Amino acid sequence: MKFFKTLALAATALTVPFASHAQAIDDDLSYIMVSHAPDSDAWWNTIKNALNLAGEQMGVNVEYRNPPTGDLADMARIIEQAAASGPDGIITTVADYDVLAGPIRSAVDQGIDVIIMNSGTPEQVRELGALMFVGQPEYDAGLAAGQRAKGDGVESFVCVNHKISNPVIADRCRGFADGLGIELGSSMIDSGEDPAEIKNRVMAYLNTNPDTDAILTLGPTSANPTIQAVEEMGLAGDIYFGTFDLGAEIVQAIKDGTIQWGIDQQPFLQAYLPVVVLANYDRYGVLPGNNVNSGPGFVTADNIDKVEELAGEFR
Amino acid sequence: MADTPQAVIDERVKDVSPWRKALIRPELGGIIGTVAVFTFFALLAHDSGMFNAQGILNWSTVSAQFMIIAVGACLLMIAGEFDLSVGSMIGFAGMMIAIFGVTLGWPMWIAILVTFAICMAFGALNGVIVVRTGLPSFIVTLATLFILRGFTIFIPQTLERKTIIGGIREAAEGDWLAALFGGTIGRPFFQWLGDAGVIGVFDRGNRAGEPVVNGVPMLIIWAFVLIVFGHILLTRTRFGNWIFAAGGDAQAARYAGVPVDRVKILMFVFTAFCATVFATCQVMEFGSAGADRGLLKEFEAIIAVVIGGALLTGGYGSVIGAALGALIFGVVQQGLFFANVESSLFRVFLGVILLLAVILNTYIRRIITGER
Repeated sequence: MKFFKTLALAATALTVPFASHAQAIDDDLSYIMVSHAPDSDAWWNTIKNALNLAGEQMGVNVEYRNPPTGDLADMARIIEQAAASGPDGIITTVADYDVLAGPIRSAVDQGIDVIIMNSGTPEQVRELGALMFVGQPEYDAGLAAGQRAKGDGVESFVCVNHKISNPVIADRCRGFADGLGIELGSSMIDSGEDPAEIKNRVMAYLNTNPDTDAILTLGPTSANPTIQAVEEMGLAGDIYFGTFDLGAEIVQAIKDGTIQWGIDQQPFLQAYLPVVVLANYDRYGVLPGNNVNSGPGFVTADNIDKVEELAGEFR
Repeated sequence: MADTPQAVIDERVKDVSPWRKALIRPELGGIIGTVAVFTFFALLAHDSGMFNAQGILNWSTVSAQFMIIAVGACLLMIAGEFDLSVGSMIGFAGMMIAIFGVTLGWPMWIAILVTFAICMAFGALNGVIVVRTGLPSFIVTLATLFILRGFTIFIPQTLERKTIIGGIREAAEGDWLAALFGGTIGRPFFQWLGDAGVIGVFDRGNRAGEPVVNGVPMLIIWAFVLIVFGHILLTRTRFGNWIFAAGGDAQAARYAGVPVDRVKILMFVFTAFCATVFATCQVMEFGSAGADRGLLKEFEAIIAVVIGGALLTGGYGSVIGAALGALIFGVVQQGLFFANVESSLFRVFLGVILLLAVILNTYIRRIITGER
């Protein structure tokens, strides 16, 4: 008898690496996260870690799934698949409402609780019948940053937009302008995604508009070349410089004093909170009354050490 | 004449036993692989929802997608050529439908027909360049891959300043041709199954009471139609023999009077047609076209065809085999999710299973055909 028990245990141990990371204390609850990120996107590693941590702490099974190439049509199939496997809840993003609305609504109608994280709007969440949204509303994040900059005495700015095609990203600039209480006008420049071009456009803009108080970059893609640009122009530390999202160069620039603050949308919370909310909803029927803003969290020279220590893992 | 026996034994034809005859089929590896894959998942994921109505619909839809592009890739590969532009063609075709139907506001059926014409013209262009220059189709279609993907990003950027165009479902509402790609059939049957409790029904929302599977998507119908068409074309017509001949030894085929160039160009056009069918079904189902649709689909098509027993060098293969290859690919891909495989190991499993399938195939073929 003991032998069989050992055998069964060994078999379980063998299957562990193939099963999901989070070990269940009470494994009647299982949740699936479906992201829109391709395998190559390192930013989502934080999401995976936070998801596993939440699974361990809450004693539920969580799984992470994504379309390997980032193809959203494939993502729709994965959501359909997740719904077919009958989990207690699905955590997903609304990367493209047209493509994903159908599969998400089917899952909701089937009786599966859905929480939207990262991408989406409160209106879409309501329309889809999802429980809540956990993410950083981009306009509000820009607004908060603008108000902070206004408090620091900024009156004009340039917004370096490396993804002009994405209206959500541009909302960050709009919010920032509104927070400062000025017109956006021509302060948003389309920089393209090539580092050399970004650097040269920023230098050109600052040369033709020498009275610019502040620079806002919308992510590492535009921030890194801009750091070089201000360093070469001798403006590092002199011009007010804020950025969205974090990365190794941005962290270093914050330590050097080139960048005043980086806005962290705190992906950790975007993965961690939905699991906690779903588990408590299923167990005790409690649900927060509103959407949760995971950001903006401001990273400055004062709190940079903790961020640096956990960068890529939980931050 | 009268003294000649009816059953003359032609000394040029080697006597082959029926058993051996049954084994010398390109699709044998595919059949064995299909059985193995289904057995594997039946054991590992039988209680995960993979084999309920919704689960079956899920993996058969994914398999049908692979089948549509695999049929085209298979015939082209048998004719001795490759098309690496399939994935880009899918993104391009979807985007063209969105531009014509939504941005320019044309009636959807015109948008679809014009898109088919443009894409098939690109297919023909691929073929003509390959045939006229004698360059490897690998290189020519690699160039097309970049050109089409570039247009797919550039055109919507210029016209709409964004790379995803939505609103196709609304624009296609009530259109007769769009319904051939985006709809489902057999709804009353599934409603009956749902009412009878055979398959699950939605238990909340405004679709409460409707079955979770409300019909067979047209995508699956297209896959079947293309497979049957391709199979008959390849095995029952003179043109089918020409395809084999063109891929086996093009020069010998030319001496025997086979219009090799025409066959190859037509196969490029057919591959483009299959890619456009895929794209049209996709945009009609999801209602939007994105510049990143169809990435890496060309390799998925080629993989399905090779699992299905076709030779990369041309002249050997079968449409049924390619379809089974696509089925294996689709079932493995979705099945691994059902089996709760840790998602970062997904590609490892996929790679191992593909490798096993191809090795098994080659091994069987070598034993049977006696080639070295």
